[in-house]
Amino acid sequence: MDLSAINPILLIAALMSAATPILLAATGELVVERAGVLNLGVEGMMITGAICGFSIAVETGSPTTGFIAAAVGGAVLSLLFALLTQVTLANQVASGLALTLFGLGISSLLGQGYVGVKPPRMPDVNFGPLSEIPVIGPILFSHDPLLYVGLLLVAGVWAVLRFTRAGLVLRAVGENHDAAHALGYKVVRIRILAIMFGGALAGMGGAYISLIRVPQWTEGMTAGVGWIALALVVFASWKPWRVLLGAYLFGGITQLQLNLQGAGVAIPVEYLAMSPYVITIVVLVMLSADKSAAPGSLGRSFHASS
Amino acid sequence: MKLTTLFAGAAVALGLATVAVADGHEKTKVGFVYVGPIGDGGWTYEHDKGRLMVEKELGDAVETVYVENVAEGPDSERVMTQMALDGADLIFTTSFGYMDPTINIAAKFPDVKFEHATGYKRADNVSTYSARFYEGRAIQGHIAGKMTKSNIVGYIGSFPIPEVIRGINSAYIHASKVNPDVEFKIIWVYTWFDPAKEADAAKTLIEQGADVVLQHTDSTAPQAAAQEAGNVVTFGQASDMAQYAPFPRVSSIIDEWGPYYVARTKAVMDGTWESMDTWDGIGAGMVGIGEISDAVPADVKEEALALKAAIADGSYHAFTGPINKQDGSAWLADGETADDGTLAGMNFYVEGIQGDIPQ
Repeated sequence: MDLSAINPILLIAALMSAATPILLAATGELVVERAGVLNLGVEGMMITGAICGFSIAVETGSPTTGFIAAAVGGAVLSLLFALLTQVTLANQVASGLALTLFGLGISSLLGQGYVGVKPPRMPDVNFGPLSEIPVIGPILFSHDPLLYVGLLLVAGVWAVLRFTRAGLVLRAVGENHDAAHALGYKVVRIRILAIMFGGALAGMGGAYISLIRVPQWTEGMTAGVGWIALALVVFASWKPWRVLLGAYLFGGITQLQLNLQGAGVAIPVEYLAMSPYVITIVVLVMLSADKSAAPGSLGRSFHASS
Repeated sequence: MKLTTLFAGAAVALGLATVAVADGHEKTKVGFVYVGPIGDGGWTYEHDKGRLMVEKELGDAVETVYVENVAEGPDSERVMTQMALDGADLIFTTSFGYMDPTINIAAKFPDVKFEHATGYKRADNVSTYSARFYEGRAIQGHIAGKMTKSNIVGYIGSFPIPEVIRGINSAYIHASKVNPDVEFKIIWVYTWFDPAKEADAAKTLIEQGADVVLQHTDSTAPQAAAQEAGNVVTFGQASDMAQYAPFPRVSSIIDEWGPYYVARTKAVMDGTWESMDTWDGIGAGMVGIGEISDAVPADVKEEALALKAAIADGSYHAFTGPINKQDGSAWLADGETADDGTLAGMNFYVEGIQGDIPQ
């Protein structure tokens, strides 16, 4: 056992990077669910974003364009879900599952020519002298731009939901769509926008894996991250800051357990391997003891005639 | 099922209908159950290459079907049942975790032949087959021991099953033989295929000082992580992974399933199929060693090739004594070689490896 092999600064820096795909996807899904829609297609939108972002980044040589393409790709795919659930009033659970299967299929089709290709690297944000500060510099000021975008999005979603009229309307639609409709809000339109926002963020989360975290394209490379993001939204009781906490906790313990294994710590590996799931769930369940409930209309179809 | 699979299935079904009408003769149907996607660039990719070889060699006489991304455990029983009900004559289940499901389903379909990769449970209609990957690991270990400057070799383990443990032991024995100071850092990721997790494990090992990373997982993600780090040596796993050659990937273990799949399919067609256990290595061509790139010094490359030749012609066994177990107790005496039974159930580290095997 050699704990000195673990560099805590690198560990924290790595956890922030590891948590970002989950964070992006979960933040998007949070907005969707606060609008009263349950989209189980996060995994499908992520993997579609992963290949859209990857292929466009490779073709244009610009990772930034890649991320924009990933957001567009995820949003376009989510439009399919919006069409099924908001226009034709199909079951949301079934449509979401179908979206995941469809996304996995279409991404492997789109990705045929991109196996083994190396994507352009996204440079880290240049903070100048800030990144020279010992300890804090490497932890806070030495990351790719998307990681900061993820953090800003969490803050933005929180602020919008809490302080703005738009956020209030969105929450009203999610809590009671009949009442919101009676007040004259366009329930379906608001929900479609929320679904697209969720799709865009899931797409960016996927592209973060294919462009920054791994970086390569492999079929099925999101390997279940979308499901973790979905679970995280529920355990975080639909609150943005708790999503951030959950994502960092999950990413952090995942990294920590890998490091502990590498250092040969005498904790049985199977406990280490399950620790990210267990600890994240326990912490978030304890936090959600404050009786925060799911949005009232979550998962229910809405039609103006009802 | 994926869109591409659907299309492929539809195309095959259409072809089948035409032929069946044409000569009234039914094709031999061969099913494959895959643990990952066929585009993983590693394990499943090579099995699918074997499937394509069956199609190519036997042409119209066979029809192949496959299902990707089948979770190990109960879900795989559903897939196998469906294949058997759809008229498969022979089903290859290509991951260790399909072992009990294969035995269960085989009992329900006595007329269907099953072939389970890397397992040890057989029945009248269940054969097992595997490759002696540990022979390739010996060569990797040799190169790793020579190439490491930090004397730390990282190893990404999937599941603590005998196949993986054999690989770790074989690599360690041969690395420490040429470099007594070498230390193995082993991380278990508990998955065969999860590129993000594999990349994280590789990065962790690199951050902890490893400058050679061996992987026993299926994707090329660790290769990408090593490429980013810049000065880390890797080896292709299951497939050549030549897109990362000549550096970081300096060589590889390649699984060559095609000839075996063709032979076994033919055996079903001839009615000569019998339950048996096949375990072939470099000599029989089931394990290939990918080209050793120029990033490896010429003398090391020569030694590695000599080692490969000695293993291939049987003059050298990768587990040749004296070898002690991790606890220091004697396992193999001087010159003694390991028997297949012990190797097949290997559940201990050899002397010198740190840490415990998860139970």
